[in-house]
Amino acid sequence: MSGQTLYDKLWSQHLVKERGDGTALIYIDRQLLHEVTSPQAFEGLRLAGRRPWRLDANLATPDHNVPTTLKERAEGNTGIKDPVSLIQVQTLDDNCDSFGIEEFRINDARQGIVHVVGPEQGATLPGMTVVCGDSHTATHGAFAALAHGIGTSEVEHVLATQCLLAQKMKNMQVRVEGRLGAGVTAKDIVLAIIGRIGTAGGTGYAIEFAGSAIRDLSMEGRMTVCNMAIEAGARVGLIGVDDTTIDYLRERPFAPQGELWDAAVTEWRNLVSDDDAAFDKVVTIDAADIEPQVSWGTSPEMVANVSGEVPDPASARDETVKHSYSRALEYMGLSPKQKITDIKLDKVFIGSCTNSRIEDLREAARVAKGKKVAASIQLAMVVPGSGLVKRQAEAEGLDRIFIEAGFEWREPGCSMCLAMNADKLGAGEHCASTSNRNFEGRQGYGGRTHLVSPAMAAAAAIAGHFVDVRQFAANDDTQVQEA
Amino acid sequence: MQKFDRHQGVVAPLDRANVDTDLIIPKQFLKSIKRTGFGVNLFDELRYQDEGYPGQDVAKRPLNPDFMLNQPRYQGASILLARRNFGCGSSREHAPWALEDFGFRVIIAPSFADIFYNNAFKNGLLLVTLEEDTVARLFQEVDAEEGYALDVDLENQRVITPSGEVLEFEIDEFRKHCLLNGLDDIGITLQDEPAIRAFEARHRESRPWLFRQAQ
Repeated sequence: MSGQTLYDKLWSQHLVKERGDGTALIYIDRQLLHEVTSPQAFEGLRLAGRRPWRLDANLATPDHNVPTTLKERAEGNTGIKDPVSLIQVQTLDDNCDSFGIEEFRINDARQGIVHVVGPEQGATLPGMTVVCGDSHTATHGAFAALAHGIGTSEVEHVLATQCLLAQKMKNMQVRVEGRLGAGVTAKDIVLAIIGRIGTAGGTGYAIEFAGSAIRDLSMEGRMTVCNMAIEAGARVGLIGVDDTTIDYLRERPFAPQGELWDAAVTEWRNLVSDDDAAFDKVVTIDAADIEPQVSWGTSPEMVANVSGEVPDPASARDETVKHSYSRALEYMGLSPKQKITDIKLDKVFIGSCTNSRIEDLREAARVAKGKKVAASIQLAMVVPGSGLVKRQAEAEGLDRIFIEAGFEWREPGCSMCLAMNADKLGAGEHCASTSNRNFEGRQGYGGRTHLVSPAMAAAAAIAGHFVDVRQFAANDDTQVQEA
Repeated sequence: MQKFDRHQGVVAPLDRANVDTDLIIPKQFLKSIKRTGFGVNLFDELRYQDEGYPGQDVAKRPLNPDFMLNQPRYQGASILLARRNFGCGSSREHAPWALEDFGFRVIIAPSFADIFYNNAFKNGLLLVTLEEDTVARLFQEVDAEEGYALDVDLENQRVITPSGEVLEFEIDEFRKHCLLNGLDDIGITLQDEPAIRAFEARHRESRPWLFRQAQ
């Protein structure tokens, strides 16, 4: 009999009951809550006269709607000028108050994007099941936690029962072997994977990312990779535990301490796929083949190498794809075979649950140091993922590097990744964005998103168009001091 | 939840692959704290020629005449026909809420994204997965015949075309059961409360670090 995959282990450790109908109840250790997908769930509980099953399993913070300018944030919730956004954030505060759920409010230094906050607090631990009413919950799989993005009905279900009704997924392993070239990052790995397997390639699977190039990544890089598993169609992304995982979690506020820590670490070491585990599908990618990636279209699978060009729909593999490519090029205002480096930009956004952690900001600052944002760029903004990331970046002087280069240095939140607050693109504007989705209208009505790594976004801000950050970096021997 | 057993309705064709949840309901409408009222903003960026925002009088907005839901022949449609990977992207349940609020009861496509699939069934929306070639043929039939309607029979897991052709589909037993009976799955899960309590006690015993130690 073959061994177990990491996913199989996590599944069996949380299996409460298998039902005869193909579904199972799995126990949920942690639920993260934010203002957008929770109000109707709390309302449902109230209408049914139900109470949350286990309060200390929940942790909340507002992130999607919060403004990111210092002036607005100084006023707390009253700084939220959009009355509808304000109601949503206040509703989260009220629900957390009335049910007794811990919340990091708008001006708490620990507030931030849920997927940055959970790991940073040690509220995400290996061997946990984590859910959140947000598809990018896959992020937490970087810690060998079984993390699912769920809908609002499921948020209510978990609040009421501490369980999720689930069906076991199939196992996929994506192996990235070898060493990444200089200037190539975790973001490029995951964009290249999505380009290879497509946005539905992982549907029905839990994807485990493995191989030496994944092992070599920091936790921040691993979170970037798992974060975008959903962009490949997989609800769950996973990476096995190693020293990097354990070192990251030591001394985090919600992590166990003392003897409990030692006991936990002993067990966490087993949270890897067995050597003889069988996967339903294996994809292998050579890290050395990965170039910096730029998305050119309106789906995350529409990516190209920075040295490449926009595809010609005429060469698409079938009619549906051809149709999609033509529509995407029209929406994006690009022409077939246009060089990626000829795409001019209007705005630059560095942030989001994909790329707003300290390492992301360091990478971008390394490129921006001593340079100036091109005059043709209307707005280049850096939005840290949490108040604590912001504080750390400021302690390292990264804020000054960005500000001197002409970037705006903002307060934490989801910001222009999905433009639910005031940070958005105008119609027709091209944006180099470190976020995760380039769907039509995602960053603002008619806005045109290009997904890239933080280093590529910073380089694009300075050049005013896409450039290969590897050549950009070669001309620059300055290093950011990492305190 | 609304029960679903059998439904006959006019089919509206959305000839597009990878329809994402941002396209189904743009983010500015997710600020509502209610479950209803999203129908007028379903496919907002395709349906209207201007930028939508919450609380607008939609009757005054310019419609995009090229979008199929604005064409007279698809008025009153309650079955949506789409291409592969429908519902990809975010976990927003506002997407099925908007489809359902607009009046759709069934969506037929070659494949659906996972989270959307779950969310839809929890709101009484039936998702029917058919082969890509079959869907392609249905697109042609819808285009050829005004008022083209399908008869969707959940109990027997089949779709019947106007010519009497029977297309069978798969659906898991639990979802089928919940839809046919309009069941709330929290109530069903709570019948297993003793099993959950017992599991929780064992889990806490063997992995106490997973139960927050307040610092």
